[in-house]
Amino acid sequence: MNLPWNLILFYLFAGVLVLAALGVISVRNSVHAALLLVLTFFTSAALWLLMQAEFLALALVLVYVGAVMVLFLFVVMMLDINTEQLREGYIRYLPVGILVAAVMLAEMLLLIGVKAMAIPAPLDPGGTSNTAWLGNALFSQFLLPFETAAVILTVAVIAAIMLTLRKRSNTRYQNPSAQVAVRARDRIRIVKMESSKMENSTVKEAPTP
Amino acid sequence: MFDWIHTHLLDFLPPLGLVIWLVLCILAIAVPVILAVALYVWWERKVLGWMHVRMGPNSVGPAGLLQTFADVFKLLLKEVLVPQKSSRLLFVLAPLIALVPAFAAWAVIPFDEKLVLADINAGLLYLLAMTSMGVYGIILAGWASNSKYAFLGAMRSAAQVVSYEIAMGMALVGVLICAGSLNLSDIVRAQEGHYGLLNWFWLPLLPLFVIYFVSGVAETNRAPFDVAEGESEIVAGFHVEYSGAPFAIFFLTEYANMILISFLAATLFMGGWLSPIQNLINPDLGEWGNFFLAWIWKGGWQWLFAKAFAFAFLYLWFRAAFPRYRYDQIMRLGWKVFIPIAIVWIMVAGCLVYFGIVGPAGAAA
Repeated sequence: MNLPWNLILFYLFAGVLVLAALGVISVRNSVHAALLLVLTFFTSAALWLLMQAEFLALALVLVYVGAVMVLFLFVVMMLDINTEQLREGYIRYLPVGILVAAVMLAEMLLLIGVKAMAIPAPLDPGGTSNTAWLGNALFSQFLLPFETAAVILTVAVIAAIMLTLRKRSNTRYQNPSAQVAVRARDRIRIVKMESSKMENSTVKEAPTP
Repeated sequence: MFDWIHTHLLDFLPPLGLVIWLVLCILAIAVPVILAVALYVWWERKVLGWMHVRMGPNSVGPAGLLQTFADVFKLLLKEVLVPQKSSRLLFVLAPLIALVPAFAAWAVIPFDEKLVLADINAGLLYLLAMTSMGVYGIILAGWASNSKYAFLGAMRSAAQVVSYEIAMGMALVGVLICAGSLNLSDIVRAQEGHYGLLNWFWLPLLPLFVIYFVSGVAETNRAPFDVAEGESEIVAGFHVEYSGAPFAIFFLTEYANMILISFLAATLFMGGWLSPIQNLINPDLGEWGNFFLAWIWKGGWQWLFAKAFAFAFLYLWFRAAFPRYRYDQIMRLGWKVFIPIAIVWIMVAGCLVYFGIVGPAGAAA
């Protein structure tokens, strides 16, 4: 029993990956499509694990599956998409779509090179722990590009927030520091009042509150 | 004995033997977790009872210990209702999607020196990846139920979990900086020192420790952050349409996650299996000859379990003591309080390590 387990697992995951990716663009229900995209990410993470790129694989699951797709689902679930309407122009735009797809495929093949289509041996630059290796490389050799990318992303985040921020007049804000600073006398006024007496009352003096 | 089983299984059909061995290891973790959940539910009801000045479960079995098992059998034998206009496949799939990450995360927890299923280098990253996937079960359950209350619960949960994951991840960055490793066993070993419990990360990383545990409570949708269920507003939230066995699975998932967070807080900030008096007081135990005392004195799984139990108890204490947060206040706490504090304390942690006060260099001092 000396089967090439790595190869078998690779084809298994690759098959699931391709099917899931096809499902993303073909199923009618948008929530199902989003879930199939989750499956696509997950299987590609499994493929990366097979190539011993553990950091990339786990980061993919953490960032894309754990955060991005959750927000994606969050939005998709609240949309009420009429799929019939979306499908109206399907045939009309098909030639343009095929053209774009063909150009992209050609570009990718040029970039990767057909030779690289063969399964490469797992790259192992960092020994057993390529997470530590990657960290060292990012924070020493590639510090400037890394920080630049971080700054660009932060700018993008702030820009996105600013674009969507609307000041509405009827929004009610909570001011916690004001709430904490409140004292009892700001909210309650204690008023001394004479108690109403009955005419034949035996009580001489009303108890002060 | 375990080594004997291990080697013999590996000799017999190498790939198959390995698979059998791994399945046995997984069962050795999963079955105790399920039992712990049952006992934890009983303990929760007892503690809540005492805090409310009542008895809690006391009829089934001694001190009501078998109450949870009775409940489990009741749930498993009940009819499973599937709403007619629900998304059937996802409705059935959702509890399982919630359950898998809750159990998968246990693989990297080191119970003792060398006693860990998968001693991987990116252990902490794996944990973050697994805990971040748990929210899918909740979202899908809410959506597939095709019910307004369930959907509201799912939406609340999605936003809450994603928000608190950031604070949680940042709290873990502080631990990473101090330990210099993503491997959980290495993180525990980095907390070893001459001052016993004063060497653990809870002291230099106190704000991160608090942030981590509170975020953990929010991640597991427990009181006071249980707006995803919010009985007083949305009945039972995301699992309002679930009954019988699927409901039991959601229940199991929630409690398994709580125990997981307790174990993680103990491992990452409270020195895992280390004994709090290790190297602090060193009596000559050999002369005393007291096996039991030596067992307590030394570090080991018993200490990890005791610490995890303390955190698990804290969960119940929170539930009995605090009223539910309002939704916008939860968001404010996560984004405007925890994340800024965590960012500042990451810098502090960096300085602490740089000047050799904490971390591998500081442990020797």
